[in-house]
Parts: sequence; structure tokens; C-alpha cells
Amino acid sequence: MPKYMLIMRSTAEATTASEDLDFEAIINAMGAYNESLMQAGVMIGGEGLSDPSEGFVVDFSSDDKVVTDGPYGEVHELFNGFWMIEVAGKDEAIEWARRCPLGPGTKLEVRRITDESDFADFADNEFIQKEEGWRDELARKAEQG
Amino acid sequence: MTRSAAEHDEVARRLATLWRIEGARVVASLAAITRDVPLAEDLAQEACLEALRTWARDGVPDSPGAWLTAVAKRRAIDAWRRRDALDSRYEALASTLSESGFDEVEPIGDEVLRLLFVACHPVLSLEAQCALALKFVGGLSTEQLARLFLVPVATMQQRIVRAKRSLSAAAVPFEVPDPHEWGPRLAGVLRVIYLIFTEGYASTIGDSWLQRELAGEAVRLGRRLAVMVPREPEVHGLLALLELQSSRFAARTGAGGEPVLLDEQDRRRWDHAAIARGRAALRRVDALGRGRGSYALQAAIAEQHAIATSVTTTDWASIVVLYEVLGRVSPSPIVELNRAVAVSMAEGPATALRIVDTIAESGALASSHLLPSVRGELLARLGRGAEARREFELAASRVTNDAQRSVLERKLHAVQKTAAPRG
Repeated sequence: MPKYMLIMRSTAEATTASEDLDFEAIINAMGAYNESLMQAGVMIGGEGLSDPSEGFVVDFSSDDKVVTDGPYGEVHELFNGFWMIEVAGKDEAIEWARRCPLGPGTKLEVRRITDESDFADFADNEFIQKEEGWRDELARKAEQG
Repeated sequence: MTRSAAEHDEVARRLATLWRIEGARVVASLAAITRDVPLAEDLAQEACLEALRTWARDGVPDSPGAWLTAVAKRRAIDAWRRRDALDSRYEALASTLSESGFDEVEPIGDEVLRLLFVACHPVLSLEAQCALALKFVGGLSTEQLARLFLVPVATMQQRIVRAKRSLSAAAVPFEVPDPHEWGPRLAGVLRVIYLIFTEGYASTIGDSWLQRELAGEAVRLGRRLAVMVPREPEVHGLLALLELQSSRFAARTGAGGEPVLLDEQDRRRWDHAAIARGRAALRRVDALGRGRGSYALQAAIAEQHAIATSVTTTDWASIVVLYEVLGRVSPSPIVELNRAVAVSMAEGPATALRIVDTIAESGALASSHLLPSVRGELLARLGRGAEARREFELAASRVTNDAQRSVLERKLHAVQKTAAPRG
């Protein structure tokens, strides 16, 4: 079954607006949404991201790559978190995305996660081959927690 | 296509998806009131028909599941009113239905679990149990079920109608049995999910994509069950097994759709996220501290394959031990035969052949192609080509499936090639 990533993007405006909301109500709404994903058996992963002020941006537009810390400044869209779901197809991914309890100023970008069939033409590539080992290593690390 | 026809199609598609996600909850909340699962299903289907008409005109409501539930409840009340039967059921229903707006759909949980227990009720045949589990809890339509089980829609309709009649006739209560009664009932639920998976995994008839879809639905049912019944080790054991087995899907068939056996599979094509999920589920079994049951042991065997980089680096000694334990927990000649294959890898074909011969002497698996197939393999490895050939021919005469036959013919061909120089 195809996997999709639901990418949460919001604007600074939405972040400011959310400061007036009851934080526990937001946690509850998100929790209920996550619970419905779990109970339907479609959730396979996801993480939230910390406040953008802790983040930094690397700008590739000039030769010496510029690292800017703090708020993104000119970057108006903030990437706040993501879910990974495994569903029957695009229609179902759309339906789950619709249910996400997000407010105005926020967008959910939904992207299909590539799988091995997307790289079938490069099966002999050194790094495509190495990837198997990496995935095993990551799974082992995740288990050891 | 006219604009309204296009809108109608769009609503129909949206409704089908919504039904997959919400159908179980809608039916479950109706069944909780009517105490009659087949009736609840019929009412929900009628509500879907009404949704098709109304939503194309007015748009899809914010809370479509609650909308469907409310409409279905109103239809139930109407029917009972017409029959002049304002009995306790009507009272119960009316009291839950507010005059304005739609009530909230209950969160998934016990009620969906009850549906799964009703669908897997022993009054039904196994195939009916599978169909109803997918229909009630997986939200699949009769058309989808017919497609997946490769029967005409009319046949699937009849199967479902008969199943529902049996449920009504047996007056199956809409309830989850008490945990101390779970043993056999939960085992039945697990078996149905496993059978649905096996139908998708092992069947080589039909479109392979459809079969993957069926196996995918079984994995999803397993995940649902693991959320609903988190404290039963075998639930996680089954989920671990399904995740680990399904991780090999992409590698199991070649470019032409022909089956590729484990030792020839390109392990890069295994789904490593599924492997990680399966292994995590197995760790949950162990964390519960009540030992590994049959599904968990099979999952543990699958795990050994999943973590090995090739057949030669596989820890066959561990697999032999796991098969020995599995043989004690749920003895079967198939488990014994699989143990023999593992022994042949760990200790060589001669020891394994003695195990296989013991199975053959017991008279078990007398009509199966598996016994001569494994025996042929062992004889070939021992250099007894002529005997191996006879076993492969016997095995080929017993298979009913073209794909399996082609695997055996390949083996036969290989043994003929190696045997030929010796005359």
C-alpha cells in the first residue's frame, strides 16, 4: 500500500494567532486526530518540530552558503511537523488530510513517499544498494531506543 | 459527461473513501442501539444512498460519519413507526437522537471490536467470516470483495446475504466476550485476519496487485486490533508476522510475475520500514512477559530471515530452535517439514532427510506436493539425482497452481542438468 507524508506548514501569522488559543485544546484536538489514525491502522510515523526560533536556514543562493539562525525572516512558511500514513490510495490520503485539525494560515502538503519501485532503474547504483544496510542499522537503533 | 454527473461521481468516490474510514464506526454505533448487526448494516447502506443524493446537491457535511449515523437512526425510527412498534428499541433510539443537529459518532474502540467479534462468529463459514470482517471493519464494498476473492459480484452478494441471515437466525449478541472467555474467540478473530492475509500473500491466481491489496487490508485489520487489544501478546505476534511477511512482497515476484523463492530474492527490495514495524511488534510481545505464542514464534522465524543479508548468513541454528518450540506450541506436519528445511541448512541434508522420512512414514501430508518437493531438494543436494527427479515429478503431479508447477519444473530441470553428465 502506498505511503504518504502529511507535511504541516503554517505562516507566522497562524503561529501568532494560535498563541491566543487554549494549548490544551490544541493538544487534545491533535491527540484525537492521531488516535483516529492509529485506530484506523494507517499511522506509521510522525514527529512535531520545535519552535522555529531554535531552527536555522542554510541559503544556497550565493557561493558561500549563508547560515541564518533564529526565525526564518524572509521565509514565510514554517514547517511544523509531519505524519506518515499508509493507506489504500490517494483518495484516502486526501480524506485523512482533510480531517487534520488545523486552522487558517496553515496548509497541509501531502506527498507520496517513494518506495523501491521508484528506483527500479538504479538497482545497481552503489548508494541504492547501501541503503538497505542503512535502513537495517536505523531500525536497530530505533529498537534500542 | 454533464456537470452534475461529474459531481455525482465525485461524491460517490468521496463517499466510498469515507465509508472505508468511518463505515465500521457508523455500523457499530447503530448496532449498539439496534442490537442487530445485519439490520445496522442495511440501515447504514440506506443512509449512504441518501447521502449520494443529498451531498451531490448540498455538498459533503463537515462530519460525514455523524451525518450517516443520524440519517440511519432516523430511518430506523421511521420503519418502526410504520410498523406501529414503538417499543423499547424506539425509546432507546429516540432518547439518543437530539432534535437538532447530528450527534457525535463514538470514538473507535469497543464497538468496532464487537463488530469484529460478530463477523468472526463460529456460526459462519470461514470464508463468510473473512468477507464480513473486511466488509464491517475494513469498510470494503461487496464489489471490492468480489474482486479480491475472484468471484462474481452476485456470488459475493449471496455469500454476504446468507452470512447475515445466519447471524440473525443465531441471534448473535452484539458484544465483546469477557476477557476470560477470549481464548477461542480472539483466536478466531486472529485466524480470520491471518487467513485474509494468506489469501493475499500465497494466492498466485488473479492479479498480483489485487492480492497485495488484500494482504494490505489484513495488515490494517491487524494494526487496528493491536490498538484495540493492546495487552494480548498473540495480537502483537500476528501483527509482527504480517508486517514481516508483507515486507517481502515486492521481491516475491520477478519481472514476468513469476514467483521468486526466498533464497533468490533481491533483499534490497524488501520493505525495511515494514521490517522495523514487525520487529517492534515482536518486542511488544516480549515486553508483555507472557511468552511467545504460535504467531509470535512464526514472526520470530520471519525476523531471522529479515535481518539476514543472504541465505548463507542466515542464523539457521536459531531458526531450527524456533521451529522446535513452534512444534511444541502448535504441532503440525507442516511445521515439522519446515524444521527439516531449516535443519538441512544448519546441519546438512542427511539429518533433514531422516526427519522428512519420519513425516512420510507417519502418513501425514500424503496428498501434499510439499513433502516430495522438500524430499527431492534434499536428495538432489545429496547427489541422488534419479531419486530427486522422481520426487519432483510426484510433487508436480500434485500441485494445482501453475506458478507452483513452474517452480517445481525449474527444480526438475536443474536436477536433470546436474544429473546428466553422470549419465
